[in-house]
This record gives sequence, C-alpha cells and structure tokens, in this order.
Amino acid sequence: MTLWRQALEIARVDLRVERHVGEILRVIIPFGIISLIVFPLAMGAQASSVARFGPAIFWALAVLFGMQVALRQSASDSQTRRDLYALLGVDPAARFAGRVLSGTFLMVVFMLALLGSMILLYGPSLSGQETFAALVASGLVSIGLTELGTLAGEVTSGLRNRTALASLIIAPLAVPLVVGASQTVEAVTQGTGILPWVMLLAAVDLALAVAGVGLARPLDEATR
Amino acid sequence: MTPLVELVGAGVSLGGRVILDSVDFSLGPGQVAGVSGPNGSGKTTLLRAIASLTRIDAGDGMLLGADLRSDEVYPVRASVAFIGHIPALIGTLSLAENLRHVVRLRGGDEARIRRVLDVVGLGEAVSVRADSSSFGTQRRLEVARTLLTDPRLLLLDEAFSGLDSAAQSLVDALIERTVGNGGGVVMVSHDPGHLRDRTDIQYRIEDGRVVETA
Repeated sequence: MTLWRQALEIARVDLRVERHVGEILRVIIPFGIISLIVFPLAMGAQASSVARFGPAIFWALAVLFGMQVALRQSASDSQTRRDLYALLGVDPAARFAGRVLSGTFLMVVFMLALLGSMILLYGPSLSGQETFAALVASGLVSIGLTELGTLAGEVTSGLRNRTALASLIIAPLAVPLVVGASQTVEAVTQGTGILPWVMLLAAVDLALAVAGVGLARPLDEATR
Repeated sequence: MTPLVELVGAGVSLGGRVILDSVDFSLGPGQVAGVSGPNGSGKTTLLRAIASLTRIDAGDGMLLGADLRSDEVYPVRASVAFIGHIPALIGTLSLAENLRHVVRLRGGDEARIRRVLDVVGLGEAVSVRADSSSFGTQRRLEVARTLLTDPRLLLLDEAFSGLDSAAQSLVDALIERTVGNGGGVVMVSHDPGHLRDRTDIQYRIEDGRVVETA
C-alpha cells in the first residue's frame, strides 16, 4: 500500500465523517456568512465603503474561520485512532497528507461560499481578472491554512488546551498567507503583476508541505 | 526459539514520572501471557510499550525481531493487534465502513468483511453506526477487525470486561486462532480470574515493577 493510497483513503473517510457530522458545512460556513452581514452593521459603513473594503473583510474572515476549519479536521485525530493507524502500518506522512487533502477540499468549499457571499452582499466592483486572482489566492490560502492547521494539530496533540494553543501557533504563521492573498487581488487592481504574490503563496504552501511530511514521523513519536 | 516479545530491564517514564521500572518480560510463539495488577500499576503502559506505541526509555526490548528503541519497529507494527479498553473505532461510520477503512489502509480483500461480520454475529447490523452500538457490539467489531488483520501478536487490555459469555467466547476463539497460527497473546486484567485458565505464564505488576512471575 503506497503512501498516496493511504492518504487518499484517510481523506475519503474524513470527508465521509464530515458528511455525517456536518460541522463545517452546517455550522462554520453559515457563521462565516453571518459575520459578513454583521461586519458592516457594526461599522455603520456606507454601501460604497462596504464595496471598497469588502475584499479586505473577506480575507480577515477567511483566515479567522478558516483556522476553525483547519483545526476541526486535525481535532478528529484521537489518540485511539492514531494508535490504530500506527498498528495498521499507516505512515504518519500519509496521515498528514490525507488530512491536508480532506481539509483543503472543505476549506475550498468554505472559501468559495464566503467569496460568493461577499460578492453578493457587498457588490464590490471586481473585474474578471480580479475575481480570477481572488480564486487563485483562495485556493492557495486554503492549502496553506490546512497544512498549518494539521501541523499545529500534530504539535499540540494530547495537550489539554490543544485548540487554544493550536490557534496561537497558526495565527502568526498565517500572516504571509493573508498578505500574499490580499496583495494578489490588489496587484490586479493596481495593474502590477500578480506572479510574485502567487509565488509567495505557493512557496509557503510548499514549505509547509515539506515540513509536514518531513516532521510527521518525529512529531507522531514525540506526541504519544 | 526466538521470542516474539522480550523486555530486559525495560523502563518507561511519562511526564517525569516512572511508570514502568526494570521490567523483564518474555513471550514465545504459541504462548499466552497474562498480566495482572491493581489499577494504575502500569499494565496498560506495559502493553503499549510492547506494541511500540509508548517508547521504552530504559533497558532493552525486542518486538518480532525489531529493536523497540529504533525505527525497526515501524514495519513490524502491522503484525500487532491491540484491543484496548476504549474501542478504536470511528463512531460516525457504520460497522462495515469501519472494517472497509481498515482493509483499504492495509490492502486486502474487501469480500472478507461480510464473512468476518457474520462470524462475530454482526451480519445483520452492517449499516449501524459504531457510536450507536452497544459496548458489546463494538467489542465484537474489534474482534472482526483483528480477524481481518491476522496478527502475529495480539494484545488484549481488559478485553473481557463488560462482555456476555457469547462475546467472551469470541475473544477466546481469537486467542486460540492467534496461538494456533504460531503467534502470541498478552492479556491484561485487574482480575486474575480472567487470566487463570487462559494463560501459560502470568506476571503480576505493582507500582510499575514485576513482582511475581508464575
């Protein structure tokens, strides 16, 4: 059994569990959309400024709620389940890859729901290129946030205040993702190239993937 | 004959606390070992150390020919089955889905799933969710999973607790099958009565030390 087949099987089961539980689809996504509605009300903002600041609000909420999506996935790994995987001969790197695959899928669904809602509610004047840039950035941020969440989940595995600690780990490390994502769209608006920002996001994703796979076994051992 | 498991002066410390101290333990092919002792004496940690799920940090240990203190244990782990006191199941999946997940992760014939579910008496409950099932059903499912994985070493942690006599017979059959195939079994129980007629060798453990071997 190859690492990829194990990873795909873990991702398949994670998505099946999410279909039964529905925490991300039925709880986190609606809350994200409600926040999009509440934000301008709390600011007392005019329609024109809401349209202008819409993308910035979107990225802030995407990261905040995206962290919950990422952590929710890694929290499903109980000690008993980790032991079972170890005794079934599952490579910890396959477990990491599987979590990232399923988490990224859910995160992309979340990002698309949030982005679509933001466009509907705020009516920002996004050109076709800007929308494309936002979609590319959303995809890359989804991968990066999920990798961060999975890594943070592994590092804090077995600790009592796991969720709080994992959030504290993710928040500062997510800064390059937020900057890269917001600047990708801004670069289109300003007429400058998006490539440097897309490359930054891709580089962060790649670095996290390498770290996640490389550290999977030592982390698995250290947190038992 | 090479032992399946051998610990020599093995120790485990967790969070600065010594849980196992200078434990000597041996299990040969075709043998059933029992480990008894009061709550908190280190029985479960001993099983986890044997399974390589908790690393020994003192002494030496071998599991199926692999050094327990090295990365050699990774490939042999798949030959070990552990039935702990918390069933290792994915609650939101059905009984059959739990087994399918195991078969797909290890590679194997999915057609066997139906057969082993029939063997353990769960043939009519394949689509029931694991977390909606009774403890006895969950235990039966763990027996079914173990049948699918054909382990060389079977580790049972209080496996008879809370089971009716029919389910206990299934666990007995599992032990017999493992031993019959040249494997070994380590059973842990705080009740020596569960071990008396089932084991070839018994270890009594107190405060992390083996105090008696019979």
